[in-house]
Amino acid sequence: MSSHGTTLRLRALSKRYRTGDLALDRVDLDVPAGQVMALIGPSGAGKSTLIRCVNRLVEPTSGSIVLGSTDITGLTPRGLRRARQRMGMIFQEYALVERLTVMENVLSGQLGSVGFWRSYFRRFPEATVRQAFAMLERVGLSDHIDKRADALSGGQRQRVGIARALVQNPEILLVDEPTASLDPKTSRQIMRLVCELCAEHGLAAVINIHDVQLAQLFVQRIVGLRAGRVVFDGPPGELNADVLTEIYGEEDWTASLGGKQAASSAQAALEVEEERLAGLT
Amino acid sequence: MNGAGQPIRWSAPPLIANAWLRRSLIAGTVIYVMLALASLDVNWQRLAEGVPRAIRFVSAFFPPDFISRWSDIEAGLLESLTMTLTSTVVGIGLSVPIGVGAARNVAPRWVYFFCRSIIAASRSFQEIIVAIILVALVGFGPLAGFLTLSFATIGFLAKLLAEDIEAIDPSAPEAIRATGASYLQWLNYGIQPQIMPRLIGLSMYRLDINFRESAVIGIVGAGGIGATLNTAIDRYEFDSAAAILLIIIAIVMLSEYSSSWIRRKVQ
Repeated sequence: MSSHGTTLRLRALSKRYRTGDLALDRVDLDVPAGQVMALIGPSGAGKSTLIRCVNRLVEPTSGSIVLGSTDITGLTPRGLRRARQRMGMIFQEYALVERLTVMENVLSGQLGSVGFWRSYFRRFPEATVRQAFAMLERVGLSDHIDKRADALSGGQRQRVGIARALVQNPEILLVDEPTASLDPKTSRQIMRLVCELCAEHGLAAVINIHDVQLAQLFVQRIVGLRAGRVVFDGPPGELNADVLTEIYGEEDWTASLGGKQAASSAQAALEVEEERLAGLT
Repeated sequence: MNGAGQPIRWSAPPLIANAWLRRSLIAGTVIYVMLALASLDVNWQRLAEGVPRAIRFVSAFFPPDFISRWSDIEAGLLESLTMTLTSTVVGIGLSVPIGVGAARNVAPRWVYFFCRSIIAASRSFQEIIVAIILVALVGFGPLAGFLTLSFATIGFLAKLLAEDIEAIDPSAPEAIRATGASYLQWLNYGIQPQIMPRLIGLSMYRLDINFRESAVIGIVGAGGIGATLNTAIDRYEFDSAAAILLIIIAIVMLSEYSSSWIRRKVQ
């Protein structure tokens, strides 16, 4: 976990599905260590494909993916499992194992580093268990440790998903639409939590997100994807109606850019937002 | 907003869009059923004579006699219950790996086809036929019954298990895969929790089926309560046979209730 240098480097990354759809078209992208980056774009632009190519849940067609100094594309199955441990993933519909307890879900983040029988009997190493307890406390779920995941609310489930990803001790977080199934307030809380944790652990993150305003509030960099190509790459303040038209197509964008006066400094917007939410919580 | 050109009638589109095909299918079905009914050559006189005969036959079952053959009944019952339990346990043990292998989404192609053909073989032979073959192979008695029921359990349990695995929600397994879990860990964490309630339910149901089948295959020599029942009928001891049938009904009902109770509990 170096605090400088590049965590993730994509070069000419392409993905063509068997149906013939070109989901990614020679994407070049560098994510520096510790940078939280949002990936925006219309449905079908390839956002989800891009982050799934990084941990090879989707096999890229061509191009290279380098995490730290590991070339992800040329790994053996064992090497790939080890590389996946270094990337925590957070999902849109939480993707928890519903019938397992909160603790089991969090501990499953460490599956890559324990043997089968240990994981089968849920005998995880003491250090892992201690870390899981600490992580559950950090995300505010200390009272729900032995509850089944399907007994939790949406926001709580996503916190479990976050804890599971963090217990992996990753170098980067791959976050796929973390707020798409959540209400506006919970969405902000979850985004804030993800960004805080990234700062605390010096993690880089790639966050796929539909909500442009939410992205502007929390991230340091925005990359716009359209039809598998990068069409915008810059700080949140540079996002304007022309750029959004470039990414999404023609539309009246004034409402989406409501925070534009404050957006010249994303940090200011963040503070305003935090003040407002303090009253809500 | 009652526009002049708006239609005021609407009916749901028919299941078969082609009107000609739809009408000829209906007409064909009606004609076939009428011809089939006409071809049933019912001999009403024979039927009238048969009624008192059937009544006499059934009344020979009353009152049921539990006492005079009790030691035979008890031995047969124990044999059947032993056969049922052991074959169900062994059958489940074999069905789980075969079922996993027969699920398209978790097994490689060649394993899938191999396991599917085992299931097809098990399903295509009726229990009685398997029992006859196995009685010829290992001799009369409960061993043949045990082997028959174990084999039959595979066709039932592995097939339904495989179909259940194919229908699971793929998001949790995807997340487990993303943590760097091995294949077995992935099965244990990503797949197993989703199918466990169904596996328990199906196993209880199969226990119930295996007991009923044990009574049937006993008739062809595979031991158990079926053999006792067969002997009683051969000796025209219908009152003892009635007792055996009542016991079978009672046990099936008992296992029916207990298995549905367990299935509710594991939901």
